[in-house]
Amino acid sequence: MRNTSKRKQIIIYIALIVWTIINIFPVYWMFTFSLKSNPEIFGENIIGLPKEWLWSNYETALTTGNMWLYFMNSAIVATATILITLAVSLMATFALTRLIWKRRKTMNKFFMLGLTIPIHASIVPVYVTLSRMNMLNTYWALIIPYAAFSLAMAILVCVGFMNEIPRELDESACIDGCGVFGIFFRIIVPLMKPAVATVGIYTFLQCWNELMFANVFISNSALRTLPVGVQALSGQYTTEWGPIGAALVLATFPTLIVYIFLSKKIQESFIAGAVKG
Amino acid sequence: MNRMYSNRVYIAIFLLPALVLFCGVLIAPIGASGYFSLYDWNGLAGKTFIGFDNYKELFTSDSIGFMKALGNSLLLAGLSVFLQLPLALALALALGNRIKGERVFLSVFFMPVLISTVVIGQLWLKIYNPDYGILNVALRAVGLDNLAQIWLGNVSTALPAVFVPILWQYVGYHMLLLYAGVKSVPTELREAAMLDGATNGQVNRYIVLPYIKPIIKISVIFAVTGSLKSFDLIYVLTNGGPLHSTEVPSTLMISMLFLRNRYGMGSTIAVLLILLCFGFALLISVIFKEED
Repeated sequence: MRNTSKRKQIIIYIALIVWTIINIFPVYWMFTFSLKSNPEIFGENIIGLPKEWLWSNYETALTTGNMWLYFMNSAIVATATILITLAVSLMATFALTRLIWKRRKTMNKFFMLGLTIPIHASIVPVYVTLSRMNMLNTYWALIIPYAAFSLAMAILVCVGFMNEIPRELDESACIDGCGVFGIFFRIIVPLMKPAVATVGIYTFLQCWNELMFANVFISNSALRTLPVGVQALSGQYTTEWGPIGAALVLATFPTLIVYIFLSKKIQESFIAGAVKG
Repeated sequence: MNRMYSNRVYIAIFLLPALVLFCGVLIAPIGASGYFSLYDWNGLAGKTFIGFDNYKELFTSDSIGFMKALGNSLLLAGLSVFLQLPLALALALALGNRIKGERVFLSVFFMPVLISTVVIGQLWLKIYNPDYGILNVALRAVGLDNLAQIWLGNVSTALPAVFVPILWQYVGYHMLLLYAGVKSVPTELREAAMLDGATNGQVNRYIVLPYIKPIIKISVIFAVTGSLKSFDLIYVLTNGGPLHSTEVPSTLMISMLFLRNRYGMGSTIAVLLILLCFGFALLISVIFKEED
């Protein structure tokens, strides 16, 4: 009995370690070939650490490959999306949990529909509208749709947190002479920090990696975001793998750094979005 | 305070931005897509109303190949439910049993979900590269030269070659959801069964699985609707080629819209995708209910 369970344990560990290698290897390979020269990548040293660390690959990707530009575009779009999503969803959540009106429960359910609507549903109408308003090839062409598609998840998370804040706080603030805006900005928003972090991270991941809208709504190469930029760059450097590897690493490391420090928080946000949706 | 909180002006100020954004970008376009799908329209002025002709053409025309694309995405859905989910479940059960290094394994397995699909796609392009990709290099190194081939360029291998990274990337996602479920099983339930002499396998089979059934349902729904909607990795790896062998509805939709300027037809595919997603979600819920 004891022996078989021990053997089972060992088998489970071996399986887990094999799966770990399958998950880590592509990332390891990406990091190493981003620092290698073509001869090393193509035969001399395929899977080892680089013999000669070619940081110039990164220089090529950032300057002639325009990764610096794409990186900044993605950062601008992501920051604006996060700020708008947070502002709009915090306000809506305040209306949905604090303010008193009929049908606010129905309204909450209505917003939750957004968790299941695929982005395909809106691509044509949004494209047509953006084009009529001359807004294609602007940052707004991505920021507005991204914020809209992040909204349902943001409201879901915020409602959970805001319901936890005791209503007595509102009452005592009201007695102290705070108006609605005072209560919202001075009492509620400062207490929503954990929700703000969760929503911010989740929204960041969604828009940092999004491809379909970014590909369709932006054709001006100066405004490309990272996913589209990486595509363009790999078309441009088909035979030079080093700079492509560097571009892939540049597009990935912000996400990985956030993940290393906040892995639990990120995992929780994905669970919350799925299980309650 | 209640009077202040029932003031309609405040309600409007706080609610309207979200409502406008949500209706403008998510809700109204669904109706608009349905409307466009009834027209022959090249995106410029001059729409012609053609009723359900787009739908008819989509289902009957061989040159568009919608049925083939739909078949591909349904095959992906099947593989996702019967290969990816069982693997994710096995990992979740293994990690849920208070194993050493639980957190580290969990974090590593979830990592591919967070990496941009474009990056994953570019990496796999390199893995599959016919001359220098590690797959062919490895095959040649062990003497299986005749197995080495142009993975993404052959009609017979392209589809499986595209499916592997798609399935691989999201194992971690399903694992995380199921793991959260496994962790939510009350320890008393587990311990009581163990005291009655149940083995680990029996506990998993008779206590854990029934308990996490709602989460398994969610996972199945996500696996199926996610497969129907799949776009990014296929776009990066093959963009539907070679000879349309890896086409899925989304890639077809994008090429209708932006290569052939058939906005009506593109909208038709979009509408069908939404209907299919909701339809399958409903169907899966019914199946899970009937099992009880």
